[in-house]
Amino acid sequence: MKYLRSFALFWWNFVVGDDWRVAAGLAIGLGLTSLLTHKGVNAWWLLPLAVALLLAGSLWGETRRGPS
Amino acid sequence: MRRPGRISDPAEVSTSTILLILGAFLASAVEFVEALTIVLGVGIVRGWRSTLIGVTAATIVLAVLIAALGPALQVIPIGTLRLIVGALLLAFGLQWLRKAILRSSGYTPHKDEDAVFRREREEAAQAGNEQRAGLDWYSFTVSFKGVLLEGLEVVFIVISFGSAQGRLGLAAAGAGAALVLVVGAGVLARGPLQRVPENNIKFVVGLLLTSFGCFWGAEGAGVNWPGDEVSLLGVVAFLGALSFVLVRLLRRQRLALVPAEVKA
Repeated sequence: MKYLRSFALFWWNFVVGDDWRVAAGLAIGLGLTSLLTHKGVNAWWLLPLAVALLLAGSLWGETRRGPS
Repeated sequence: MRRPGRISDPAEVSTSTILLILGAFLASAVEFVEALTIVLGVGIVRGWRSTLIGVTAATIVLAVLIAALGPALQVIPIGTLRLIVGALLLAFGLQWLRKAILRSSGYTPHKDEDAVFRREREEAAQAGNEQRAGLDWYSFTVSFKGVLLEGLEVVFIVISFGSAQGRLGLAAAGAGAALVLVVGAGVLARGPLQRVPENNIKFVVGLLLTSFGCFWGAEGAGVNWPGDEVSLLGVVAFLGALSFVLVRLLRRQRLALVPAEVKA
């Protein structure tokens, strides 16, 4: 059980990292892009915009506390 | 206009091919520098036999992983593969970019390979002398874990970069060149590679991983990029400019937070 937990934690840190909200936002961004594309909208702009907002938002949240 | 999901012609050298090799080379170089620091720290203090057996064992595990994952990924349809790889690269690349921006703006300290090397040496000197299967168990496990964990990131980047563009060989060649360069420089320097501008490289790698993630993720979701592969350069430029602005803003914000007496 301990090894299973360590294994899961390793992959969580590897893929998701420090801010799970960024990973969740990316999943939503990709889902929305797929949805819009299937409705006939060529939403190439959505993902770069989502990345920009998620990156800025995550950094803003991280730096509110000041330098570590 | 290129159809979404098409794999590049092997003979065609495109913008994305150059960026792919550059990305695989730089990302691998950074990970190899980190692995080299660990291996040198242990090997110099406790001897090379068990340390190098640990390195070899980890390399075999990584090679098995590549041999298993590489062909397995080829049976997945390219559109689905790009969606999955794009999502993973986005999540992974944004972590690198975020850390690089925090370091460049002064919010977190830069990584000091020399300090890591000194710490590894101190820990290696203080560790007990447990022998298992004729090996110095500390040297074996530390070098095995160090190479395996840093190597996993290399494997992930090489496989994702290579498979999504159908150019696994080129991505692996980029990583191989980085390995030869880093190990060669390490042997010549006989110490950790302190002068490697690690944060700057991580910045570029984070930017490339995130840009490729955006490009392939959107393509996998069915998007037709305007201007085809040229738009990848547009994504790199957009995210590069954004990162530059974020570093400047965060630097200004950090300086505003520093009390006046500290500034004086």
